[in-house]
Amino acid sequence: MIEVKGLTKYYGPKMAISQVTFRVQKGEILGLLGPNAAGKTTTIRILTCYMPATEGSARVAGFDVFEDSLEVRRRIGYLPENPPLYNDMTVTQYLDFVSKIKGVDGYDRKKKVQEITDLCHIEDVRDTLIGKLSKGYKQRVGLAQALVHDPEIIILDEPTIGLDPKQIIEVRELVKNLGGKHTVILSSHILPEVSQVCQRVVIINEGLVVAEDTPENLTSQLKGAERLFLDVEGPAQEVAQKIENLAGITQVTLEGSTRQGRSGFLVESELNRDVRKELAATIIRGGWGLLEMRPVGMSLEEIFLHLTTKEEEVDAR
Amino acid sequence: MKNVSALFQKEMRTYFTSPIAYAVMVVFLLISGYFFYGILSSFVDFSMRAAFQAQMYRMPMPKLNVNELAIRPLFQNLSVILIFMLPMITMRLFSEEKSSGTIELLYTSPITKVETILGKYLAALALYVIMILLTMVHQAFFFLYGNPEVGPVIAGYMGVLLMGAGFLSLGLLISTLTENQIIAAVIGFGVFLLLWAIGWLSNFVGPGLGRILSYLSIFEHFDDFAKGVIDTRDIVFYLSFIFFGLYLTYRSLESSRWR
Repeated sequence: MIEVKGLTKYYGPKMAISQVTFRVQKGEILGLLGPNAAGKTTTIRILTCYMPATEGSARVAGFDVFEDSLEVRRRIGYLPENPPLYNDMTVTQYLDFVSKIKGVDGYDRKKKVQEITDLCHIEDVRDTLIGKLSKGYKQRVGLAQALVHDPEIIILDEPTIGLDPKQIIEVRELVKNLGGKHTVILSSHILPEVSQVCQRVVIINEGLVVAEDTPENLTSQLKGAERLFLDVEGPAQEVAQKIENLAGITQVTLEGSTRQGRSGFLVESELNRDVRKELAATIIRGGWGLLEMRPVGMSLEEIFLHLTTKEEEVDAR
Repeated sequence: MKNVSALFQKEMRTYFTSPIAYAVMVVFLLISGYFFYGILSSFVDFSMRAAFQAQMYRMPMPKLNVNELAIRPLFQNLSVILIFMLPMITMRLFSEEKSSGTIELLYTSPITKVETILGKYLAALALYVIMILLTMVHQAFFFLYGNPEVGPVIAGYMGVLLMGAGFLSLGLLISTLTENQIIAAVIGFGVFLLLWAIGWLSNFVGPGLGRILSYLSIFEHFDDFAKGVIDTRDIVFYLSFIFFGLYLTYRSLESSRWR
C-alpha cells in the first residue's frame, strides 16, 4: 500500500532524512518511532505530498507522491503534529469545509460529518467555535478531520500529544480499530503507545532507519546480549568479581541496594550462550546462597535508548 | 470549481465572522464619507461664489460641470484611500494559513494551487466589490440634487474596480511571502503607494525610463477612468496586472515546496 524507497531530504545543507526505506501492507498499522527531530515529520510530510523529497521515491496506493500527488492526496487522511484548525469556525462548519475540499459529495456530506462527530466523541461541542475548545478537543477535531472522507490511508503525526490519560487511551483504541479497514501510519516518540497500537515499528533516528520489525521481534532481536538477574546471598564485591571472570560474561552490574548480605546483579552474557549452569555452579562453589536467577528481556524502551545511544557514539567518533 | 467555491465560502465566512470585514468597511466608509462631504462642500461653495459673481457683473450663470468638479476628484480620493484599505483585505489570506499551520491541510488535500488562489482571490474581490458598492450612496446625492452624466460615473467605477482588483492580486502575492500579517500589510502599503506615485518621477529621469515609469503608474491609468475615458490600453494594463499578480502568487506557492 505504501512503498518508500531511499527517501532523502535536505533542508539547505542540513540533512533531515537519508535513505529511508520501508513498506506498509494494506490494513496494517505501522509505527514510526523516534526521538524529537529524528525525521518522522519530514518523512510524513513527503508521504502526504506537503513537500517533495530531495531524492528517492514514495508510492502511496500505487501512485507516486510527486507525479500523481492529486491522486495520492485523494486517498490519504492526515493529522499533522499541530492540528490544522480554523479558530473562527465551529466544529461542524470546519468538518463540512474539510469534507468539501476532500471531495465528499454533497449528498453524503452531512451524514459523514455526523458519523465522524460521533466516532471522535465531539458531538457536544459541534456548534462551538474551534478557537474556544480545549487542547484535547482540538486534537480530536483534528483526528475527525483526517477521517471524515473515509480515506484508504491514514497518517497521524503524534496523535496523542497534549491529551490526558483517559483521552490517550480513547485515541489509541480508535486508531487500533482503524487497522484492517484502513492502512495507518502513526508517528510517536512514546514507546508504549507504539507497542500497544502498532503491528510493525520503524525506528528512525537522526534521519536514518535504525530498525524495522514487529514490537515483539524487536525486543527479542535486541536482547542482543542475554541478560540475567541474580539475587545472591554473599559479599557483593567478591561475588561480582568471581562472576565477571567466567567465560562468556560481558558485564556485571550491581542492581539494587545490598541488605542483609544479599545483593542483586544484572549479568550480561554473549548472545546464544547459556551461562546459567556455570553461574549457578560458581555461586554454590563459593559457598554463597543463590536465591534467584531469571532472564531479563529488554523492554522496547530500553531498545530505544540503546539505539539512540548507539547512534550518538557513532556521531562522537 | 467545487473546490474554488468551498474556499470562497470559507474565506467569506472568515471575513464576516471575524471583525475584519466590518472594521475595514466602517473605516473605509468613514474616510470616504469625510472626503465626499469635503468635496461636496467646496463644490457648493464654489458654485455659490460663481453665481454671486455672475450676478455682480450681470453675466449669465456659468454652467458648472459636476462630473469635472466633484465626481472626478472624488474618484481620485477614493483611489488613495483604497491604497490604505486594500492591504487589510489581503494581508491574512496566506500568511495566516502559514502561521497557524492550516496551509498543511490545504497542501495535503486534493485541491490544486490554482483552485486555492482563485478561491481566496475571488473572496477578497467580493468583499472589495461590496465596499465600493456602498460608496454609491455618495453618487446618489449627486444624481438627486444635480444632473451629472452617467457615463463618466460608470467609467469611474470601472476604474476603481480594476485598480482594486490589481492591488488585490498583488496583495495576495505579498501574503504568500511571509507568515506575519503585519509584515504583509506593511509591504502592501509600501508597494501600493510606490506603484501609485511612480509616475511622478517620470519627468526627471529622461524620456525612455520616464515613459516606462508613467506606464507603470497605477494613477496615470486610473485618471483616465476618473475623467470618464474608457481606454482599452488602460483595461489591458489592469488585466495584465491582475494576471501577473496571480501568476506570481502561483509561482511563489510552488517555490515554497522546494525551499
